[in-house]
Amino acid sequence: MSTVDKAGKEPVAVVGIGQTKHVAARRDVSIAGLVREAAGRALQDAELTWADIDAVVIGKAPDFFEGVMMPELYLADALGAVGKPMLRVHTAGSVGGSTALVAANLIAARVHGTVLTLAFEKQSESNAMWGLSLPIPFQQPLLAGAGGFFAPHVRAYMRRSGAPETVGSLVAYKDRRNALKNPYAHLHEHDITLEKVQASPMLWDPIRYSETCPSSDGACAMVLTDRAGAARSPRPPAWMLGGAMRSEPTLFAGKDCVSPQAGKDCAADVYRQAGITDPRREIDAVEMYVPFSWYEPMWLENLGFADEGEGWKLTESGATELDGDLPVNMSGGVLSTNPIGASGMIRFAEAALQVRGQAGEHQVDGARRVLGHAYGGGSQFFSMWLVGAQPPTV
Amino acid sequence: MPGMPPTREIAVVAFGQTDHLRTTDELSEVEMLMPVLHEVLDRTGLRTSDIGFTCSGSSDYLAGRAFSFTMALDGVGAWPPISESHVEMDGAWALYEAWIKLLTGEADTALVYSYGKSSPGSVRDVLTRQLDPYYVAPLWPDSVALAALQAQALIDAGDTDERALAGVAARSRTAAADNPHAQLSGARPPGEYVVRPLRTGDCPPVGDGAAAVILAAGDRARDLCERPAWIRGIDHRIEAHSLGVRDLTDSPSTRLAAERAGAFERPVDTAELHAPFSSQEVVLRKALRLDDTVNVNPSGGALSANPVMAAGLIRIGEAAARIHRGDSDRALAHATSGPCLQQNLVAVLEGDPR
Repeated sequence: MSTVDKAGKEPVAVVGIGQTKHVAARRDVSIAGLVREAAGRALQDAELTWADIDAVVIGKAPDFFEGVMMPELYLADALGAVGKPMLRVHTAGSVGGSTALVAANLIAARVHGTVLTLAFEKQSESNAMWGLSLPIPFQQPLLAGAGGFFAPHVRAYMRRSGAPETVGSLVAYKDRRNALKNPYAHLHEHDITLEKVQASPMLWDPIRYSETCPSSDGACAMVLTDRAGAARSPRPPAWMLGGAMRSEPTLFAGKDCVSPQAGKDCAADVYRQAGITDPRREIDAVEMYVPFSWYEPMWLENLGFADEGEGWKLTESGATELDGDLPVNMSGGVLSTNPIGASGMIRFAEAALQVRGQAGEHQVDGARRVLGHAYGGGSQFFSMWLVGAQPPTV
Repeated sequence: MPGMPPTREIAVVAFGQTDHLRTTDELSEVEMLMPVLHEVLDRTGLRTSDIGFTCSGSSDYLAGRAFSFTMALDGVGAWPPISESHVEMDGAWALYEAWIKLLTGEADTALVYSYGKSSPGSVRDVLTRQLDPYYVAPLWPDSVALAALQAQALIDAGDTDERALAGVAARSRTAAADNPHAQLSGARPPGEYVVRPLRTGDCPPVGDGAAAVILAAGDRARDLCERPAWIRGIDHRIEAHSLGVRDLTDSPSTRLAAERAGAFERPVDTAELHAPFSSQEVVLRKALRLDDTVNVNPSGGALSANPVMAAGLIRIGEAAARIHRGDSDRALAHATSGPCLQQNLVAVLEGDPR
């Protein structure tokens, strides 16, 4: 009997990254045009052609956002998938990350050599807030949009940690300024000030308008490949050092909505695979899924970068600024760009851009190991990967 | 060119399915699914916490709500947290993702499930939402009408005729008499035309159902199952979406997937084909080079029960169950998705020599 041990997995490299300029509404392109734009840029980055791709793995959030059931069927032609395997992943908000991990496993299992993975959302086709608001009897009638669901969890964090009310605005101010350095980011608020963030209207107390993600049209694509493919790469590859998904139920007695166990377990699995024992010291930057500003300190704790109740102090100290010692959301994050189905993959791609040294104006000097993080559902689906400038040694 | 042989022995070790019914108004999706999950866990003696990876397939458009799969996950009992994923595809592709996961060595067992309730809506209309949203979906061409185009193309090409199609339907439902889960069983008249040339008998029943499979690797599979159904190969391919650029009388994606899965290396004794319409069996038999020596759809196939999103996984499960029982030594299982067989998956399963 042949068995495979963990050392037997094929190392996975990111050799191409492409994304669209994210905007509120891409009225100039069809859904196919949108995804092809990102995929074409990823191929261009890798200096590969459609013929070099063995399989396509696509992800997006609920089909209701565009009103197309299983749109990958219609997108097969636009993504050059005809005659190839095509998989469609849907794991709620974490889907962009999960999609990349499913694609990576095709290579790790040595089933395919080079895989195109892509995630998108064209939210202008519908109203995402109401698309997310489930009809009665699935949800109580006053929970409008994701903010209504998450605001009580933010409030619980504030009460538990004793964090000052201003921490959320610091995150938003930082992320929106980072976005000014990222040409692909949706929001470019050149006149942003901390005072403006703090004076913006309250949407879901304690979450203000400027502490909330936008609704975007956008796509993100990556070309993943094996060692042989990486050796041919014209630009430095990013190497996957660890990747994991974890899920837990939406609601149950004993669920910690502030710091879900599934998030902790997912991070622990990634760190174990990558040999990380002290994430705060060994990881250079983090691109995490922060749709509402307060999730930065909450995830800093959940991911092990700060002790419980201490995450807000890292944010307040400036450590998570672009020039801090643990930059968080260099791209401007979900707070500046949110095509929901693509948001997880944009996080994963930003981590890869950083270790490839190709993040442009928002490059963190000397980033060698960067974590990409996504979550979804009722803080219940998690997907993460850690990428590095050097291939895995184990 | 056949694909590389899998680098790890992985088998279907348990399969369960619901009785497939026209309506299940009294059951939510998770209530429909739960007994099936328990059935495969009980059969193997595994508990949720023993499962290395969980993967499911379902559609929000059937459920009529976003994130419908999250409710099913609550039924799985994902606590402590589990390693889990979901495809917005038939469960056969969830099984493929799980097979990949096991190949990497990151897990030794996987739970795969899928479910679909077609009864709350009009599935003929719902499936039109799969079509090109700009040029085709606005015309609402329904799934039976598109299948009828394919059937007429086959008749025009001389590949079949209405009598032969009626024969496929009759054979399937006669076979389903031995399948206690089937929605339609026993011979019945061909019925009236639904969309020419397809009659009621050529079309699948509309109904609700769920299925679950457990995969295991190597010795773990031998521990859990007396005669594991080893996955010797599995592959899937997609074709162009536009019907106008495809030859509807052929299925090159099925043929390529079968080649990659090693289906043509040796003959199979059994084939479970996901052909919701009688005419589609004609296409698949040709693509897969199945002759009369092969026992095709002994379960009755999708003409006897077609729970959308689960019917493909059920083909793999039925093929595996025949190997488990010793009724087959080498079986082919096929799943399809999209209009007129756009996307196809082929798995080749074998039992150890007896």
